[in-house]
Amino acid sequence: MTIDEIQKGYRDKRFSVREIVTEYLERIRKLDGTIGAFLTVCDDSALQKAAELDEKRSRGEETGPLAGIPVAVKDNICTRGIRTTCASRVLEDFIPPYDATVVKKLKEADAILIGKANLDEFAMGSSTETSAFQTTRNPWDITKVPGGSSGGSAAAVAAGFAPLAIGSDTGGSIRQPSAFCGVVGLKPTYGSVSRYGLVAFASSLDQIGPIAGNVKDCALAFQVLRGQDPNDSTSMQPDAAGMPSFPSCLPDQGIRGWKIGLPRECFRHGLHPEIEESVRECGRLFEKMGATIREISLPVWDMGMNVYYILSSAEASSNLARYDGIRYGIRAKDYNNLEEMIVHTRSEGFGWETKRRILLGTCVLSSGYEKGYYKRAMRLRDKIRAAFRKAFQEYDLLLLPTTPTLPFDIGKQHSDPLEMYLADIHTVSMSIAGVPALSLPCGFSRSGLPIGVQLAANHFEENKLFSAASLLEREFGPSGRNTPPDMPPVGKIVDNILTRGGKQY
Amino acid sequence: MKQKMKGSHAADGNHLFETVIGLEIHAELNTKSKIFCSCSTRFGSRPNENTCPVCMGLPGTLPVLNEEAVRLAARAGIALHCSVNRVSRFDRKNYFYPDLPKAYQITQYDLPLCESGYLDIETGQDRPNGKRRIHRIGISRIHLEEDAGKLIHPEGEPVTLLDYNRAGVPLIEIVTEPDMRSPEEAAAFLKALKSILEYTEVSDCRMEQGSLRCDVNLSVREMGKTDFGTKVEIKNLNSFREIQRALAAEAERQREQYCSGGPDSILPETRRWDNGRGRTVSMRTKEGNQDYRYFPDPDLPPVFLDRSLLCLIRNGIPELPEQKKERFLREYGLNPYEAGLLTGEKALADYYEEVVGFGVDSREAAHWILDELPRIRKDAENGEIPVKSHYLADLIQKIGEGRISRNTGKDVLMEMAVTRKTPGEIIREKGLSQISGPAELQKIIRDVLSRNADAVQDYKKGSAKAIGFLMGQVMKASRGKANPNLARSLLEELLS
Repeated sequence: MTIDEIQKGYRDKRFSVREIVTEYLERIRKLDGTIGAFLTVCDDSALQKAAELDEKRSRGEETGPLAGIPVAVKDNICTRGIRTTCASRVLEDFIPPYDATVVKKLKEADAILIGKANLDEFAMGSSTETSAFQTTRNPWDITKVPGGSSGGSAAAVAAGFAPLAIGSDTGGSIRQPSAFCGVVGLKPTYGSVSRYGLVAFASSLDQIGPIAGNVKDCALAFQVLRGQDPNDSTSMQPDAAGMPSFPSCLPDQGIRGWKIGLPRECFRHGLHPEIEESVRECGRLFEKMGATIREISLPVWDMGMNVYYILSSAEASSNLARYDGIRYGIRAKDYNNLEEMIVHTRSEGFGWETKRRILLGTCVLSSGYEKGYYKRAMRLRDKIRAAFRKAFQEYDLLLLPTTPTLPFDIGKQHSDPLEMYLADIHTVSMSIAGVPALSLPCGFSRSGLPIGVQLAANHFEENKLFSAASLLEREFGPSGRNTPPDMPPVGKIVDNILTRGGKQY
Repeated sequence: MKQKMKGSHAADGNHLFETVIGLEIHAELNTKSKIFCSCSTRFGSRPNENTCPVCMGLPGTLPVLNEEAVRLAARAGIALHCSVNRVSRFDRKNYFYPDLPKAYQITQYDLPLCESGYLDIETGQDRPNGKRRIHRIGISRIHLEEDAGKLIHPEGEPVTLLDYNRAGVPLIEIVTEPDMRSPEEAAAFLKALKSILEYTEVSDCRMEQGSLRCDVNLSVREMGKTDFGTKVEIKNLNSFREIQRALAAEAERQREQYCSGGPDSILPETRRWDNGRGRTVSMRTKEGNQDYRYFPDPDLPPVFLDRSLLCLIRNGIPELPEQKKERFLREYGLNPYEAGLLTGEKALADYYEEVVGFGVDSREAAHWILDELPRIRKDAENGEIPVKSHYLADLIQKIGEGRISRNTGKDVLMEMAVTRKTPGEIIREKGLSQISGPAELQKIIRDVLSRNADAVQDYKKGSAKAIGFLMGQVMKASRGKANPNLARSLLEELLS
């Protein structure tokens, strides 16, 4: 169901917030045993908030833009009083005493936090398999991964557990799982959404963004999330007086006259032919709508992966140093002195992928190595940024695949980190450049798996992404309408309420 | 062999060696709140009372720079003749220790706020007649950083407790060039620096509370050599006295080491001062130097100081000790020694000017503040001045008017410090008023003369001592209350 449909139901008094929340919780209870999207389901607090909202509505009070909409929040975003684990043993019992800014904003918009979604440990991974607690399955094919690291969030939306989810993207962690799960995910401009309360992986790249069943819901959620935050010095207000609200950002003439670049480097070896075909089809559709499509070359593209893994690991090694077992989280039981306490806690608390990145990051920052790795990567980052700046002087959008492959088998890439890292090959460059990028479904493979297409725009030009994406969406149909084949359709939620003889509201 | 011989000579005379000293001073800034969150910086709160998710380094929290800290640090830089960088940056210094909540300290590494300044110091002004010498001590940099928490080891219990109240308190680290050549110079530098930081209200510089801390790098070399010897860092120095003693002891240790084992036998290490044993003790060697893996903190954008803000900071700097001293010399007719002592401490200088402002003779005021006040001040809490300035002014005026004697005045001052009463109240209550009525005095003197016929005889024979003796008897008989000038002239009158 879309946000509009649910809110129309509230307005028409077809059902109450409590009924909707109850049905979503029921659906999660029945089906999430198979999918494994949630680490924590917030039954009590969600129902309580629903009751409060119903009361508010019955008094005729105004409610927020996401009133009564269940939202799944990635479990690396702090929620006051609700366990926030980052899918890591080291934070297994961590209950934050504060809400992340985005959680505060969701609450102020009257959204309902329905659960905390699974992820790769500390958001490091592309399959959600590095989670210390559970594997999340792709609702379209439960033998496949949902992508990662926001795999739980994307799977929750795809499985109809929530119309909206919040993820975080450091090198592709919103876009890649959105593509794998057939949903819409936005990585906003770096700085447009506050990171306060997002447990840091790589601070200069991390960005929170929405995952939804359709472009409009994604845009609506982005409008709630974005904005400068006094608690995050890297958050920014766009230069323009503010973005026009969706769907008024869609110009009357559509995208007629827009110039769209197709980076040649994405279409080389390793790209799945069906994905290539789908992306090129999107280009043809844009042309039909009056845009100009041109292949362009971004020679910096190939540096992206190296720069990304050096910078993100370097920052991670520092960001994750605080998990020493002293103030919160788990503490190893066996130790004889301070050093052992810290070493044992970290050895037991972190999984392999996390350790690998901490080691890599520590290495590239070490004296003697930092010139050749960290500092060099910083210089290359400037080059990549400059290349994107130049490209966007000429082009309104870039059109490219989100992922090089279709969703892969669970367990398949776990053993080969390098292969796993390649899952981000088409997403990292936009993260490094700090520009916004959106992934939306553009059909299915012959094997029935979703294919995602990625659009990128200049800093703070999310409106262009939403405009173009909503036009494409008209061609492919909103993903929220498509329920994975083995699942009861989401529309059943309303049927269930009505057939249960619930009274009309 | 040659070296050894030289060494053995050197052991006989320290003048064959030169001591080279550089300082690293940490000063807590006078801000209300911490450097990256809004927690209070108050000293002496209950453990962990002044903490929040940010300064506790909870997952997901982010630092937000306190602009007041930048202003104060820039002010210190300007007062110390540094160039203030228009763009500076914060870096992370990574290391594990329980008092460091994030396991990294936010500090400034390659782009500090202030660079290349200096401070002129004077040695030889400790004594009224000392020979004044001026030295220019270079300041290589001043940077901003956050303080760490504190470990507490309760006695007799196998636990360590952590207090994070201090974590995130803003600090400046001031690094000098290796320009000092003796412990005295180091102490003089530190005193002058403390004075400037107090004058500019950058820091309250309470060494006993740890708001001013000093680490020292010290090396020795043979006189005439230009290469530096191996430097040793000395930590944990908490008072001027300790610093002088520690540096003297360490220089001596290095000279002895140099003489017995040659220059290479001095190890690059960190030592701490053991006050009880009066010597420095090795803490750790610097071999296998810790790698802090500095890198720019991605959570904090660069700090930009625009010209107008810098101008504002510059104009906000008050009169500094050196300027004040010159003015005191000019306006109050003091000697350099007095002016130096009075202006060495801003609170004292302000106090002096208040007293003078009540119309008291400026030299008299200096005498009372420099000679008498320290006695009663040393017991006062936090070195605060225990007598209100207008009370002291009142007291000095009463002495000038002959209402009480100088000696009685000292007692009244002591009494004021304890009771906080006005001098008038104390004089009244204790009946200390000087006897200045000629009739009353004449009666006392006649009495004394009749009881001391021998002395009167001696006087008449021309003994100069006799009048002194008789004056003493008069003072005694009046229990010190006789106005001495009047008493003397009356005595002479009655004797002739």
